[in-house]
Amino acid sequence: MLRIPCPHCGTRDEVEFRYKGDASVRRPAADADLAQFAAYVYERSNPKGWHLEWWFHSAGCRQMLQLWRHTVSHEIHAVGTAQERLPTPPGVTRSASGGAAST
Amino acid sequence: MSSSRRITAGALVEPTAPIEFEFDGRGLVGLAGDTVASALLANGVRLVGRSFKYHRPRGIISAGPEEPCALIDVQGVGGRAPNRPATTVSITAGLRATSQNRWPSLNVDLLSINSLFAAMLPAGFYYKTFMSPGKAWERLYEPAIRRAAGLGVLRDGRSDAVTHGEHTVHDHTDVLIIGSGAAGLAAARRLQGSGLRVMLLERDVVAGGGTLLDTRWQHWRESALTQLTADASLQCLTRTQVIAAYDHGVFAAVETLAQTGPNGLPQERLRVIRTKRVLLATGANERWIACDNNDRPGVMQAGAALAYLRRYGVAVGARPVLFANSDWAYESAFALHEAGVTPRAIVDPRRESAAAERARALGITVHAHSVVTTVHGRRAVEGVQLGTLDGAAGSSLDADCLLLSGGYQPESALATQAGGSIAWRDELAAFVAALPRTTGVVAGATAGAFGLAAAASDGAAAAERIAAELGVSLTAVDDDTRRTPVDPVVTPLQTLWEVPGRGKAFVDLQHDVTVADIRLAHREGYTHIEHMKRYTTHGMATDQGRTGGMLGAAILAAARGQAPHEVGLPTPRPYIHPTSFAVMAGGEVGAHLRPVRHFPAHAAHVACGAIFVPAGLWLRPLVYATQAGWEPVLRESRAVRSAAGIGDASSLGKIDVQGPDSARFLDYIYANRFSSLAVGKARYGIMLREDGYLLDDGTTSRLGAQHFLLTTTTANHTHVLEHLEFQLQVNRPDLDVVLTDVTDQWAQFSIAGPRARDVLQKVMPGVDVSGAAVPFMAALPAQIAGVWGRLFRISFSGELAYEVAVPSSSANEVWNALLEAGRPFGALPYGVDALNTLRIEKGHVTTAELDGNASAHMLGFERMLKADGDYVGRVLAQRPALTSPDRAQLVGVRPSSPRARLRTGAQLVESAAPTRTLGVVTSCTPSVLIDGWVGLAMLTDGKRRQGTRLLAVSPVHGESVEVEVTTAHWFDPENARVRA
Amino acid sequence: MSDTAPAPRRFRSSGRYSALRLLREALTGHRGWTPAWRKAEPRKQYQVVIIGGGGHGLATAYYLANHFGITDVAVLEKGPIGLGNVGRNTTIIRSTYYTPENIRFYDFSLKLWEGLEQELNFNAMVSQRGVVYTYHTDGQRDVMTGRANDMRLAGADCIELDRAALKNLIPPISLDNHRFPVMGAFMQPRGGTVRHDAVAWGYARAASEAGVDIIEHCEVTGLRQAGGRVTGVETTRGFIGADTVCLAVAGHSSHLAAMAGIRLPIESHALQAFVSESIKPFLDVVLMFGAGHFYISQSDKGGMVFGGGIDAHNTYAQRGTQWIAQEVAAEGVALLPELANLRILRQWGGIMDMTMDGTPIIGRLPLDGLVMNGGWCYGGFKAIPAGGYTTAHLIARGESHPLTTHMDVGRFAEGRTFDEPGIGPFPWMH
Repeated sequence: MLRIPCPHCGTRDEVEFRYKGDASVRRPAADADLAQFAAYVYERSNPKGWHLEWWFHSAGCRQMLQLWRHTVSHEIHAVGTAQERLPTPPGVTRSASGGAAST
Repeated sequence: MSSSRRITAGALVEPTAPIEFEFDGRGLVGLAGDTVASALLANGVRLVGRSFKYHRPRGIISAGPEEPCALIDVQGVGGRAPNRPATTVSITAGLRATSQNRWPSLNVDLLSINSLFAAMLPAGFYYKTFMSPGKAWERLYEPAIRRAAGLGVLRDGRSDAVTHGEHTVHDHTDVLIIGSGAAGLAAARRLQGSGLRVMLLERDVVAGGGTLLDTRWQHWRESALTQLTADASLQCLTRTQVIAAYDHGVFAAVETLAQTGPNGLPQERLRVIRTKRVLLATGANERWIACDNNDRPGVMQAGAALAYLRRYGVAVGARPVLFANSDWAYESAFALHEAGVTPRAIVDPRRESAAAERARALGITVHAHSVVTTVHGRRAVEGVQLGTLDGAAGSSLDADCLLLSGGYQPESALATQAGGSIAWRDELAAFVAALPRTTGVVAGATAGAFGLAAAASDGAAAAERIAAELGVSLTAVDDDTRRTPVDPVVTPLQTLWEVPGRGKAFVDLQHDVTVADIRLAHREGYTHIEHMKRYTTHGMATDQGRTGGMLGAAILAAARGQAPHEVGLPTPRPYIHPTSFAVMAGGEVGAHLRPVRHFPAHAAHVACGAIFVPAGLWLRPLVYATQAGWEPVLRESRAVRSAAGIGDASSLGKIDVQGPDSARFLDYIYANRFSSLAVGKARYGIMLREDGYLLDDGTTSRLGAQHFLLTTTTANHTHVLEHLEFQLQVNRPDLDVVLTDVTDQWAQFSIAGPRARDVLQKVMPGVDVSGAAVPFMAALPAQIAGVWGRLFRISFSGELAYEVAVPSSSANEVWNALLEAGRPFGALPYGVDALNTLRIEKGHVTTAELDGNASAHMLGFERMLKADGDYVGRVLAQRPALTSPDRAQLVGVRPSSPRARLRTGAQLVESAAPTRTLGVVTSCTPSVLIDGWVGLAMLTDGKRRQGTRLLAVSPVHGESVEVEVTTAHWFDPENARVRA
Repeated sequence: MSDTAPAPRRFRSSGRYSALRLLREALTGHRGWTPAWRKAEPRKQYQVVIIGGGGHGLATAYYLANHFGITDVAVLEKGPIGLGNVGRNTTIIRSTYYTPENIRFYDFSLKLWEGLEQELNFNAMVSQRGVVYTYHTDGQRDVMTGRANDMRLAGADCIELDRAALKNLIPPISLDNHRFPVMGAFMQPRGGTVRHDAVAWGYARAASEAGVDIIEHCEVTGLRQAGGRVTGVETTRGFIGADTVCLAVAGHSSHLAAMAGIRLPIESHALQAFVSESIKPFLDVVLMFGAGHFYISQSDKGGMVFGGGIDAHNTYAQRGTQWIAQEVAAEGVALLPELANLRILRQWGGIMDMTMDGTPIIGRLPLDGLVMNGGWCYGGFKAIPAGGYTTAHLIARGESHPLTTHMDVGRFAEGRTFDEPGIGPFPWMH
């Protein structure tokens, strides 16, 4: 069971949260084409390592949180609110940390 | 049994408190504090069970939870508990225990015939035979194998008499110390006064671990415990076994409680512990040595003999032989000698050692540079054959028990689970454990600090490291626990895994895995430790390979011509100790499996005689009747069509949307437009997922210029709320909107039917409720039966209908007032089934059609898709796969014959011998509008097929019904009734 | 079904397994057995390199060699074979799916399972004891009826059981004493269980006998390409050239595809499984709890094998979590109350490729010569024979087998998804 340090509520058990997937993909602009939207909806880098992801604190503050979490050790490097720019974990390049958005 | 083996006082037993219990129907007497195992040994009982595969006679191997052989079945007043180690079950008055896996009796077990065929039954024999004929496996071989396999019996036919688990306890602490031996106690003492919250867990019935077995440590232990138990910042729990380590400092433990449960054993409860750091001081397990017939009743861990003596005052034999490769194991012989049972001999592969010197000085015979090659006896040890590792034969000794010690294996499983590592230490011939700094520290024997004083010193140092990690400074301990007794000087052990022989030398006693089995696995290419384990089932029994795991790995390593560290150990999975379903389930049993969501007017529905149906967590009124069936449903439906019905729609999700950008937000969320909606009006909306398929539908009302109330389907409420928050916070932070879930705050009732307005007028006396004042799709504040709430003129049934929303606290009174108001007009309450009849007739969809695979085009909503402006799902909804008619389309179906009934889930096909299905009946009902059944279906190219006939087939039920394909919206397509 | 003659033997065969052989070996102390599969060393070039020595990789190699006449095949495995999902699942086989396309595929797999042991000469203990699904509401019954009829029309078997029949079939079941009373059940009699490890070993042995090189402890570190075509793989044991490279690494497909610069519609998630101590026969079918995420069967060794829902977050860690164990146990006791006194021995996790629609991917990837078998979600084990056969077909014939044309990776962009539960592109919710 993960223990997630919510910036609003403090460290809480995973069961209070709902996972909302990869946060490195961002919705394309409204005028983007079908291929860009399909890439946004379906394609994932699914890294074995650091993963930027969404968690929704459904049984807490009901805020969307961003997490840098390691998909093998499950270590949490950083947590922040939806619009925050999080510090990237060691060894992660900027392009892997959200560069996939609306390309 | 006349000759009691209880020769001295034991630390844990009450000599003046005899307890009667039963083993295999035989009455025996033990003492309060005894385990079944110690009481059996005290009574001279050796034979306790039969082995898994060969049904060989087996006795008691250990004195703790690592017991592989002495597994018993315990029967209580309301259940039975199979496979419990006799070494951990305390005797209580009237305890009934039986042996397992034998027929007809423990002494005469006919299945021991398997031993005769043992040569045909090597590891993995079943992979090589029983293959033909094909069906014979299920009919012949498998049932026989299944009957023979398994140890205990779970089924007792009393399935209602369930052992209910205790509620789970959740703990939060700064430092969790696991194990209260010398290392754990010293660590806890070191952390005292630091301000850190400390939890100290001990699986044993008393704290002390190895210090309990060494009389020199009594004073230190008692002094430490006195100091610790006086400290409120420290929680010390005995009889609490940590069973698993998880991520982020989460541990699971099972605490044994005082009261006896229905299965005859003490109740247990789960504790889920969250800690900042862990200090693992779980000690080490004594290892087995592989030699011929090392499984005979009377062969036992050397340390177990010491434990039975010290703890229970029981001598495990009168003429013991100790076979050991380290000085530590000699303590058992010394203690027995001191208690008056002088060992027959000590057999040691080493040429000399400090311990051997001591033994000889005490007058105990030591056979140095010798090994036990074979154990004599069948149902009990009768003697041992000595020899050397070079193969030279030695003398034969008579003996009634053999104490084995092949060294000690640190209990490293928890460390590995917590993300730690193991490393080989040659001088100990063992893997020792370590943890990452940010997780905790391993101390004592688990870290390789063998000897009690070494462990205590290591425990204190570990505590200091953890305190430093947590930024806490420690004050010096200033009392007599600072000084410990001194460890004896020891001669290093000599690595010894097996004594070559020609008989059966067991490595895993519970699963009957022998040295030969491991060699066979190696010969057949199963050379990786995980392959060997799976092929032979080595280490997979209830004892999790505690006594034989390392031994098996070492024998595999020898076969590979490698050192043990090149082979490693299998990954130790949770659980450290087998844990019952009851413990894991905790209090979430029976009706408490899941919380129940009641409607705010639940009491009123009960009073109306509702039958309830689960819908997710909700209990919804299905029909108001004493028994199920279509008749009461159709009576309710007819009341709506002909007069009026009162229904409860409170489970629909209700989300309050406020803020300057509310309208823009809803335009982004819904595929159709809401910014054009007038205040005081409602509109039906559909929202898509980003992949273009429908997420949900519902009616959303504009209560003010910047205030909307959005409704969702019952099933999708949570999904939609999260979807809205996601879209708002992630994709549209530019919009100033606040979302509030108000589902539980409002009860919402429908009043539907041609007399609905009359009913409404009675609960809104003096208010103009005419069609002009409350037009179709109006959404207005209103006082209903004296309660302020909201009035919506919306319809799901296709009739003139209203929905009234009132605060949940007034739900029962308003519901009753509506029923009362409706009575003169013939109104009836109607449930979910009647609502379903009505909406199917009207062609309205629910989650049966809106099933996550439906597009707007498939459901006939394509004209609702906005032509301009961005909204979720807009782009991908336009893909051909979502718009093409060769996906399904919503249609109506009705049997050609009014006497034929439809079935939901029937497939629509063209011919009696179909090769493919064209669609499926998604909902159906007897109609109250026409004679016969009607249904909705999702049908490929459905619009074009309207007017044609198909077969609705249900091969599962042997049914085939000719149906006519219609529009889904055949009833009142102009909405004249709704707008009346 | 064999298309060609067997490959020439280049090594000592493990010989034929039989009761008679067992007896003969018993007389000589079992010294005559030899490795079940040859521990091959990598050669420089192969016609086909399969990455992944799990169930699908080994089965693909077996069918290539024995049914499609291609024996110049290497299976590369970074560790020992068979220790990924093929050795970590709950061993269930069935074809209870909601779309005709998936039903036909999984039923083909069931048919292959039915003759597998004789074909491989390895007893994998295929046990068609039946898979039973309880239902608890009218809505659930309706959905299951639709599925059952879909199955019947696609040639699979499925029957409905009323409460009395269910109780008769499963005496320990509790129909009433819990939060969600059981209304009835559907059953696929041909469904059942298989001894999972034996599947990997059996395919490995048979593939090896046919000349396939099974190369363990050989990790792929890169995919080499030239002119828009894959030419081989970089490994910890050097470069290995190949005309065709097949990814069969479900759980890690994204990781391997990324070596070719390809982003897949896949996330990796952990599914947990559990096994209890061994008991005498208690449950004779595979039982699925319709009101939660619990399913259970009893192994031939006597342990109850069971599992629950997946952990939501992406992970490559093969371990379980505490709260899922609690949920699973509570549901188990609700369905089979006597389980309360049974003790759970082990908990573990397997890493699954969860696709965006819950349906697997067998097809070409956008690099010539690179094909993929993955995205198995929960269905990987039961699909091994059909997955291997159809992937071999794709490699050998250059086109998808008719049963897997719907499994191409292009379906996502086009919206032709096969989303059985209707969840949408949220892999962790499938």
